[in-house]
Amino acid sequence: MSRIAPVLNVLSKVVMLFSVTFMLPLTLSWALADGAQMAYDEAIVITFAAGALTWLFTRRSQRELQTRDGFLLVLLAWTSLPAFATLPLLIYMPDLSFTDAYFETVSGITTTGSTILSGLDALPKSINLWRGLLVWFGGMGLIVLAVAILPLLGVGGMQIYKAETPGPMKDTKLTPRITETAKGLYLIYLGISIACGFSYWLAGMTPFDAVMHTFSTMGLGGFSSHDASFAYWNSPVIEIVTVVFMLVAGINFSTHFLAWRQRGVAAYQLDPEVRWFLTATLGSALLIAIYLTVMRVYPDFSQALRFALFNTVSIATTTGFANTDYNLWPIFAPLWMLFLSCFASCSGSTGGGMKMVRAQLLFRQGRRELTRLVHPAARLPVKLAGHVVPNNVIYAVLAFAFLYVFAIIMMTLLMTASGLEFITAFSAVVASINNTGPGLNQVGPATTYASLTDFQTWLCTISMLLGRLELLTVLVVFTRAFWRA
Amino acid sequence: MKIIILGAGQVGANLAASLVAENNDITVIDLDASRLALLQDRFDLRTVRGHAAHPSILKQAGAEDADMLVAVTQSDETNLVACRIASTLFNVPTRIARIRSNDFLGLEAGFLAENFGVHDVISPEQEVTDTLRRLIEHPEALQVLDFANGKVRLVAVRAYHGGPLVGHELQDIKRHMPSLECRIPAIYRRDRGIVPKGITVIEPGDEVFFLARKQDIPSVMRELRRMERPVKKVMIAGGGNIGRRLAARIERDYDVKVIDHNKSVSNLLAEQLHHTLVLQGDATDEELLDQENIAAMDVFCALTNDDEDNIMSALLAKRMGAHRVIALINRSAYVDLVQGGEIDIAISPAQATVGPLLSKIRRGDMVAVHSLRRGAAEVLEVAVHGDAKTSRVVGRRIEEIDLPDGATIAAIIRKHDVIIAHHDTLIEAEDHLILFALNKRIIPKVEKLLQVGFGFF
Repeated sequence: MSRIAPVLNVLSKVVMLFSVTFMLPLTLSWALADGAQMAYDEAIVITFAAGALTWLFTRRSQRELQTRDGFLLVLLAWTSLPAFATLPLLIYMPDLSFTDAYFETVSGITTTGSTILSGLDALPKSINLWRGLLVWFGGMGLIVLAVAILPLLGVGGMQIYKAETPGPMKDTKLTPRITETAKGLYLIYLGISIACGFSYWLAGMTPFDAVMHTFSTMGLGGFSSHDASFAYWNSPVIEIVTVVFMLVAGINFSTHFLAWRQRGVAAYQLDPEVRWFLTATLGSALLIAIYLTVMRVYPDFSQALRFALFNTVSIATTTGFANTDYNLWPIFAPLWMLFLSCFASCSGSTGGGMKMVRAQLLFRQGRRELTRLVHPAARLPVKLAGHVVPNNVIYAVLAFAFLYVFAIIMMTLLMTASGLEFITAFSAVVASINNTGPGLNQVGPATTYASLTDFQTWLCTISMLLGRLELLTVLVVFTRAFWRA
Repeated sequence: MKIIILGAGQVGANLAASLVAENNDITVIDLDASRLALLQDRFDLRTVRGHAAHPSILKQAGAEDADMLVAVTQSDETNLVACRIASTLFNVPTRIARIRSNDFLGLEAGFLAENFGVHDVISPEQEVTDTLRRLIEHPEALQVLDFANGKVRLVAVRAYHGGPLVGHELQDIKRHMPSLECRIPAIYRRDRGIVPKGITVIEPGDEVFFLARKQDIPSVMRELRRMERPVKKVMIAGGGNIGRRLAARIERDYDVKVIDHNKSVSNLLAEQLHHTLVLQGDATDEELLDQENIAAMDVFCALTNDDEDNIMSALLAKRMGAHRVIALINRSAYVDLVQGGEIDIAISPAQATVGPLLSKIRRGDMVAVHSLRRGAAEVLEVAVHGDAKTSRVVGRRIEEIDLPDGATIAAIIRKHDVIIAHHDTLIEAEDHLILFALNKRIIPKVEKLLQVGFGFF
């Protein structure tokens, strides 16, 4: 208890702060009189009361948090906030089970974007705004989590982003303090969001849709206020805007911050991930377009390119928007897109998966072992952007990769055990653990996750949290050593 | 000239040796008394023991009336401070510093001159690296020198049976390739220099020096010998200052492997070199060389600090099938011993350093001086001034110039153009002449010839 109480104390303040965010949909609901105000009134009261009570009980155990408390705080924040976030949904839709509502809000806060709700167009605008806001806030929390907290905790090799660790990321320590760093990053996030919103609006969305989809795009979530997702507009202009901002949000926000502060593109050129991220996503989009043309899915290349580009970038950046039912494409294309989502997005972005930096390190470690077989006497450091990466980072990345693959296999096995067919089970797990959203077949882009049983829904929820918190953050809390020491 | 040399290491000692030989008053300063004693035993010079940058020591060495200070200690910082002190306190007219670190070398031109009073910077490692790089570029050559920023090169090459020109008169080269401009200023036959004429016949085994534009060099070489296959794979033994620089310089163009026996050095190398395979091990370890397929290497460079190690590993590499081996050898006695035997080329870092310094102490407006054949011959790049009245060179055709025997004008650099010399080429003021001196004894005569008469001032 001595471990958990100070963490709860900090968490209680976060929860109280979180209750304020209900004001936004409340205001919208009140202005539009869409009949959902009451849901937010109650949600605010319950959330604030829960936070205040927790604070009251734990106020005596306030102390400076240690690094290790960070794991617990992060885990509790990412599990408890979605629980409070379900309140408006549960109150407004009494038929919705907690399992489904929690899936929906976890999907929002982890910026996954898989939904269990259908008839989105008929929902009150404020509920849709709330879903979007969750993604946007999730993205915000995520950036700080990825840029400041995970490196501090040293999760899965992310300590290369720590200033003290020798390596390529020396200048990514933006400011000396986490709070200052967070402020800078939030300004960038906000700035790009505003640009995104205006672009959507100019491209032809209604102001509400522009805001809602900006939230969803910047967090690389994938929630839409339309069942048909982007097929609703059927507008190449809107799709291009989306592709651009998905790519922007898929790049490390500290790189954006540096570029903005230096007023130049040098930061992007020096970033070891950006080049590969863009090559992988855009290159794959092109290849898939060619493949679809050759397979005669689309009558001509330009159409194939339009759909391949949008959906590939969307899945690779782990967003999950769709402008067509790509589940109908030959299976190679969607599988390749899911595979891309495992590693394409950059660390420090709002994307999921194991991140481009880890993929690069794994690839180089693999190549190093191959070279070592031929040249046993060679000194072969693994390098990133011309700097040597310490071996302990490589080990951490290897462990991360193992746990990541292991988690996918176990979750898939459990899914199939519960009666799901393989493609659905596998794609649901991959799409959840990478925080992508839509999977294939039964959970494909044209359908929702509503057809899953409660057990399967929980598996997906857990997968989303595991993936979002980079596995180790979650797993470490379940080790005996964590509680002993 | 009164010259103070700071540092009696390899560079300092070699420098002292060649400067003494040219009748200069040399004072050497070093902290190590035994090194100084060794120098004093061998050469006619004065030594002072002490810290090279301390004013009292410099004063003791006669800085007040010295003509030149050459700071070649191991430490860049000592060299820079010494130059600063020599300029501020003692007003030494010419100050030269050896700089190793790329951080200093990368500074904008003029910074060191303004802030440290350094007139000229010499960087022996850089010189040797450049020499090696050119030799790797032209694997048939024994020596390659750049002029006019590399637009023309002077190349030494051994003639072999099978070269179309071998056994023929020199003027035949014109008949073979009428468009080719090339000048052969000297031929060494059994170590004796010959100034070639049109009717001179090239014999197998001759060491032929020729000067040509960079792009023409392979065609000239093809006249003299069978061509080697182009170099692709290079192995470097020794990851010290020179080995590292060379690898960094050529790693993008060739397939490079570096061997160093020191673990921390090889780790550092692996960190700094991005396209080079760094191996930790002994360069004389047969098994390692075999494992790394030494037989497939086009060039093997032995570049450690140790002459004996370099000779042994180069011999071993050659024996195991390396196509061409180059060894870095400091002791001049060893250089004569090994060159031309199993080891294809022996490079003496001292000579690479002394050249640029010689240009500073010579009379006349010397732009560059290169020592050839271990200091026996020289190539000078010299600027000529004045007019037909004040100069004995300007305004005359080459055949009219009264050059001493053994000296040849090989080419003329006029602003940015290069003119390969003919007997009727007219020399203009401010031209740079590239002048080949078959042996060192004629240098004073050449200097005298090139000096402007008093009327010029």
